Amino acid sequence: MTEYPLRDSKADKLFTHSGRPLSEVTAAAIAAGEVTGDDLRAHADTLRQQAQIARQGGYPQLAANLQRAAELTDVPNEELLKIYELLRPERASYDELVRLADYLEETYDAAENAAFIKDAAAVYRERNLLRR
Amino acid sequence: MERSKRFDLLAKRDINKETYVEPWPEAGLIAADSPYDPPPSLTIEDGAVVEIDGVKRQDFDALDIFIASQALDLETAEDAMALPSKEYARMLADINVPREEIARLVAGCTPGKLTDIIRHMNVLEMMMGLAKMRIRRTPANQAHVTNWREHPALLAADAAEAALRGFAEVETTVRVARFAPFNALAILVGTQTGRGGVLTQCSVEEALGLRLAMKGLTSYAETLSVYGTEKTFVDGDDTPWSKAFLASAYASRGVKIRFTSGTGSEALMGRAEQKSMLYLEARCLLVVKGAGSQGVQNGSISCIALPEALPGGVRAVLAENLLASMLGLEVAAGNDALASHSSIRKSAKLMLQFIPGADFIFSGYSAIPKRDNLFGGGNFDAEDFDDYNVLQRDMQIDGGVRPITEAEALSIRRKGARAIQAVYRELGLPAITDEEIDAATAAHGSDDMPERDIVPDLKAADAFMAGDDDFVAVIRALQQSGFADVADNILEMGRQRITADYLQPSAIFDADFKVRSAINDGNDYTGPGSGYRPHGARWREMQAIPQAKSPEGFVDPHVGEPLSRLVEIGPAAKGAGREVVLALGPAFGTALAKTIGGLHHEDVLEAILTGVAAEGLIARVIRVYHSSDCAAIGYVGARLSGSGIGIGLQSRGTAVIHQKDLVPLNNLELFPQSPSLTLGTYQDIGRNAARYALGAPTVPVAVEIDNGARLRLIVKTALLHRRETDEVCPDRPPMELRFDWEPEL
Repeated sequence: MTEYPLRDSKADKLFTHSGRPLSEVTAAAIAAGEVTGDDLRAHADTLRQQAQIARQGGYPQLAANLQRAAELTDVPNEELLKIYELLRPERASYDELVRLADYLEETYDAAENAAFIKDAAAVYRERNLLRR
Repeated sequence: MERSKRFDLLAKRDINKETYVEPWPEAGLIAADSPYDPPPSLTIEDGAVVEIDGVKRQDFDALDIFIASQALDLETAEDAMALPSKEYARMLADINVPREEIARLVAGCTPGKLTDIIRHMNVLEMMMGLAKMRIRRTPANQAHVTNWREHPALLAADAAEAALRGFAEVETTVRVARFAPFNALAILVGTQTGRGGVLTQCSVEEALGLRLAMKGLTSYAETLSVYGTEKTFVDGDDTPWSKAFLASAYASRGVKIRFTSGTGSEALMGRAEQKSMLYLEARCLLVVKGAGSQGVQNGSISCIALPEALPGGVRAVLAENLLASMLGLEVAAGNDALASHSSIRKSAKLMLQFIPGADFIFSGYSAIPKRDNLFGGGNFDAEDFDDYNVLQRDMQIDGGVRPITEAEALSIRRKGARAIQAVYRELGLPAITDEEIDAATAAHGSDDMPERDIVPDLKAADAFMAGDDDFVAVIRALQQSGFADVADNILEMGRQRITADYLQPSAIFDADFKVRSAINDGNDYTGPGSGYRPHGARWREMQAIPQAKSPEGFVDPHVGEPLSRLVEIGPAAKGAGREVVLALGPAFGTALAKTIGGLHHEDVLEAILTGVAAEGLIARVIRVYHSSDCAAIGYVGARLSGSGIGIGLQSRGTAVIHQKDLVPLNNLELFPQSPSLTLGTYQDIGRNAARYALGAPTVPVAVEIDNGARLRLIVKTALLHRRETDEVCPDRPPMELRFDWEPEL
């Protein structure tokens, strides 16, 4: 895969999560206080490219995970933690999970995650893993 | 009751400190092949799985549902399930079958099928399988760095040393959970001081772990535990879906993840459902794969003592490593928690992963003493560093580490400790004193560290966790305090989060901070001449243990001025009468001056001659040139001796008493253990030779038996012998010598 690693092949075409070009993430920019933690993580498009690389490499489940991860890049930290908490056993009702899925899809365009959570909701109902 | 002294001794051996238990399948106390393990089966109707391993859809538990919907490749499943298990086993052991061909089919195998394949394999075949199926070509290693004091300077120093030693990942954890951000910070700063690109993690509760990753304090997470039954999974407070979501959450922040499973956890939690440990592990692995984790830490991990208590347990642990690699997962192969009291047993077990190689041979080599290991002991620890380096050197096998010198260790430890001191100062955290830096630099473990007031540390940790400071603040702190290189390394870790290359399977960063994963460093092993073998610079580095000396160094102490009192006077003739001939090796007293035991050649000569003189005889001294062999030298002496008795003496001190009528390789007395010979022994040798010449009754000279001498001195023996052999002149006859000496009688 000639484009992998992107660090070498696309260093001039990659952006941080915040939209800053990778080339601007320099020691000087850090020293000047221009770079925040939000700059030091991947843009959704980059994760999608990595998903594509994983799929071509023969790792379809990892690719699906990276695809879901791409959708989650815009979800704030605290929300991510809350969603995780709701997905743990016996935390949420079926409806709460479905509403969560719809919310993610509407707010963050997170269709893959929404479908995944709806699948979970159905299984939780079948296997008695919903809140009692 | 009658007791055997041997059994009494055996009972005290380390191997008998272990616990052994007979299998009990009903309780899940069986490593593999429980009679209750289901035969493999898979039924697909209308594109949906309606039966797995004999369980119908209506009876699926959450794991079955997850595996059916997320893990199995239904397109290949029919072919995959139809191929006989024995065929898979043969393909795994067959160097001519490439990994891709097997991986493609395995994608459609159920847990029952996977365990059925293993049924046909012994450990050697599984090792062949692991060598081929491991997804990254280059093997690597992970270290554990913790200490019971949770001292930041010691954590940073140990992490720096671990990084310098070549570990690709460093994992820490906590004794007190509130220390998590500081422990993560210390090993981040420490590792990036030792070598840029070492991945780090802090093993804590899932949500806290994610918070640490979001702050940039960790670059991977490994302890996303999965279990092989629904009940244990739920007891672990997760479902396959929550774990999969967590995996995506980590990836969304550019953090590498690896799940954790391993034989024995279900039995330990009392919910094994009569299945074998291996069968349940196969289910775990399909959940791991289905969740989209790039890899797994398995090899029983913290439960290792349980499979090791059972027959076939160690085999089952290798089997689970192999299954994971067959499924295309990165494997951190265990060998971490304390598994055995016995050095023999723990090393033998290690070979099952060490020889074939794994993505990470250890999922935590304890780079600290066991006493400081907060993960459950550390089967191999800092005290085994030299042993481990020697194993690499012995077998030319890359175990993922390299030898370092004491000076290198001290230097990098001090720098790591000073870097974390600077970060603490710049961020306004409780001060780390110079005294603590000195202690951390020289320390082996917590016991060597001064007391630290943890109350303000914990308070600061809480504030740090709640506050906005993240790894950007850490980079800036390092920039402002003269650690620009460490700052640059952490910044590059940040850039790598942006590019996310290290989210691909089995990613590490090499010595040049370049990502190396199954995508650009895929395993291509198909037998001799293929795959990974350490060579060139890496092999030279592995060889260069500081303990290795140059060959010259062995010989130098035995070289000296030629003996001026020993003069050659002409060709040696056959003598007459009751004399003893003392025949010397070609280098004696010339090219070499001391025996292997450090005795001066002239003192040895005097001792032997004194012994001969004590019996009233005279010894004629000759030098043999045509051979350096002790028997040959002694035999020449005997044949030239008037009495037929000769003494052969090599420069390294080995001696023989010979008789002319014996065959050359026979002798009257042989003294092969030259390092044990004293001047007194040499005098006794002279005396006995004289008594043989006199035909007097003779008791053989008693010598101390030291079976360790050969082990300690074989290199020196070989090199001294080689030096003597250099002096051999094949055509030169034996020469008579005069030794300027009078017996003091």
